[in-house]
Amino acid sequence: MAAVTETLDTVQSVTQSGYKWGFETTIEMDFAPKGLNEDIIRLISARKEEPEWMLEWRLKAYAAWLKMDEPHWARVDHPPIDYQDLHYYAAPKKKAGPKSLDEVDPELLKMYEKLGIPLKERALLAGVDPDSVENTQVAVDAVFDSVSVATTFQATLRKAGVIFCPISEAVREYPDLVKQYLGTVVPVADNFFAALNSAVFTDGSFCYIPKGVRCPMELSTYFRINARNTGQFERTLIIAEAGSHVSYLEGCTAPQRDENQLHAAVVELVAMDDAQIKYSTVQNWYPGDANGTGGIYNFVTKRGACRGARSKISWTQVETGSAITWKYPSCVLLGEDSVGEFYSVAVTNNHQQADTGTKMIHIGKGSRSTIISKGISAGKSNNTYRGLVKMLPSASNARNFTQCDSLLIGDQCGAHTVPYIESRNPTAKVEHEATTSKIADDQLFYCRQRGLSEEDAVGLIVNGFCKDVLKELPMEFAVEAQKLLAVSLEGSVG
Amino acid sequence: MLDIRGLAASINDKPILKGIDLTVPEGEVHAIMGPNGSGKSTLGYVLSGREDYEVTAGTVTFNDVDLLGMAPEDRAAAGVFLAFQAPIELPGVNNANFLRTALNAIRRAHGESELDAVQFLKLARAETKRLAMPDDMLKRNVNVGFSGGEKKRNEVLQMAILRPKLAILDETDSGLDIDALKIVADGVNALRGPKFSALVITHHQRLLDHLVPNRVHVLAGGRIVRTGGPELAKELEKSGYAGLIAEAA
Ligand SMILES: Nc1ncnc2c1ncn2[C@@H]1O[C@H](COP(=O)(O)OP(=O)(O)OP(=O)(O)O)[C@@H](O)[C@H]1O
Ligand SMILES: [Mg+2]
Repeated sequence: MAAVTETLDTVQSVTQSGYKWGFETTIEMDFAPKGLNEDIIRLISARKEEPEWMLEWRLKAYAAWLKMDEPHWARVDHPPIDYQDLHYYAAPKKKAGPKSLDEVDPELLKMYEKLGIPLKERALLAGVDPDSVENTQVAVDAVFDSVSVATTFQATLRKAGVIFCPISEAVREYPDLVKQYLGTVVPVADNFFAALNSAVFTDGSFCYIPKGVRCPMELSTYFRINARNTGQFERTLIIAEAGSHVSYLEGCTAPQRDENQLHAAVVELVAMDDAQIKYSTVQNWYPGDANGTGGIYNFVTKRGACRGARSKISWTQVETGSAITWKYPSCVLLGEDSVGEFYSVAVTNNHQQADTGTKMIHIGKGSRSTIISKGISAGKSNNTYRGLVKMLPSASNARNFTQCDSLLIGDQCGAHTVPYIESRNPTAKVEHEATTSKIADDQLFYCRQRGLSEEDAVGLIVNGFCKDVLKELPMEFAVEAQKLLAVSLEGSVG
Repeated sequence: MLDIRGLAASINDKPILKGIDLTVPEGEVHAIMGPNGSGKSTLGYVLSGREDYEVTAGTVTFNDVDLLGMAPEDRAAAGVFLAFQAPIELPGVNNANFLRTALNAIRRAHGESELDAVQFLKLARAETKRLAMPDDMLKRNVNVGFSGGEKKRNEVLQMAILRPKLAILDETDSGLDIDALKIVADGVNALRGPKFSALVITHHQRLLDHLVPNRVHVLAGGRIVRTGGPELAKELEKSGYAGLIAEAA
């Protein structure tokens, strides 16, 4: 598939000189003034042409946020964030508002091409009706700073009854669905960053998979922070009705900058009886330079609710970017025999800090969860796994298996494992295994003796270490993730 | 031709090799024998560029290039292969993938085209078959859970696929059953030719029955104390090293 080769080329060109997504795109932007207050929220809501209820929802979130404090329990360290020194809305200036790809600013399309995103699909390039193309394609929603600029394959999806559109559009077009589910998995005042997001979220994706439908293609969103001093607050809501299946991919990059940029997303997933949602992320936000200057602060709340019996939500993440990552994709296992999975690779190098993990809340009888976490630390970085497994009194015969492995490269980095286990049902079983290892000198020498460069050797060993997680990713993503791992660990040995 | 002159090396400031002179002409197989701890493995590591060892004196040239100035991977590309006395485990790293990456790195260094997965598997399967190894050896993770003998065989498989110009086999025969021993010897014999030379470190005459060396050297206390023809190995089998070492001291 053309799109895949393109991605690989992009990734390969990176190996030469570090973070290659660091370019900035010159596009005329429409900014809200810096700062956060009710008027800014009104402005965002107006720009999005939102109904009154949405504005009220935002204002309520804002009021809650004002009363909250930034959390400081995570093992991350950063100078105070001045929330009044950010733009909360930035959008490419539009002529009339793009209705189709042809109307999208060519500069933007060029940028997505640079990123290797299969935005303008081959079918469209060839002038073929996208509906006649087979379902092996990936539908893409691309979010540029605060707005969604193009959603592809709309027509094919609609035929299957799947709704996949920017959330701002969903608020206008499908208000009942949005009202019914928004904020039900991550309540407005769940935490400081979720409240902030609820007040100012600007875009993100909305997916609705009707009863019994297997989504005919993988859905994908690419996030890009471009503008300076701009926070990105996207909001994603995925609803899988009874018996439906969907696989959703998320990828992220940002330009290279000296100042830190804030990213505070909220993702909510809802799975009804027998529904399955697979959510995969390859996060490659700019991590800052080798001295720890710049980089994205990534404070994200992701949570899935397995509401139906035998429903399943699976999170797979490969986190190589960001200066700071604060992220705990979680599952609330309400349904009987529901299943939650969390597969994670988190890489930190140089001065990066990651505090990431998951929460599995078992409520339903016979609910099961699996946690496989692979943390890799290099340079002077710190990598923490923080996980909670909670068995409520109702969770008879529930099961959890957790495997947490840490790999250290060099001796100036840190790996920490913080598992919390709370069991209030005597029939529930929780298993936890943890290992810490180092890439040994003799392993590197063995590889080099066979002809591999030191970096290739590290890449090979790291990929081996992460195999159990990488195999959970959809094929194209897995290849990309492997290359990313090698790139982000460049210069970490010797 | 491998030419070692006055080579001295130490680890953690402890001198191990104390002046080695050794020449292996192209096309020849030389055996190195000697008591435990005499520096045989150290010699293999120094020749292949392990960084913990400090070369304090001497020179090593291989086909007229200075080996000591090269990184381990560049030596590998130049044709140096070390079969480890204790092969290293690489958890999660598939043997076939490892070998293909290695082979392609070496091919790249020679300006040759890389092999894709299909081409490589064809080549690798032919070698596993020739060496009477099960195919699943390729699918398993490098040396993980391999028995002692399987690890040694895997080293020979790697050698057969990478086709070095200079193979250093460090006790590759230890721990092998009689059939495997013959297979290992055949593996080396198959590579023998005018452009191939080998240093075979061993404690046992029985390998040298199948893999007849041009010369046999005895390394003791960091020096070569005796050199002879294949008959020297037989002699040592009977009389041991004690006399030799006393003689040299
Ligand atoms: N890291 C180290 N620190 C100190 N001494 C070392 C180290 N590595 C090796 N040595 C010593 O160097 C000497 C030579 O070791 P080497 O492994 O080369 O011996 P060998 O001839 O291969 O022995 P064997 O027949 O038992 O394999 C030994 O005395 C050993 O203890
Ligand atoms: Mg030895």
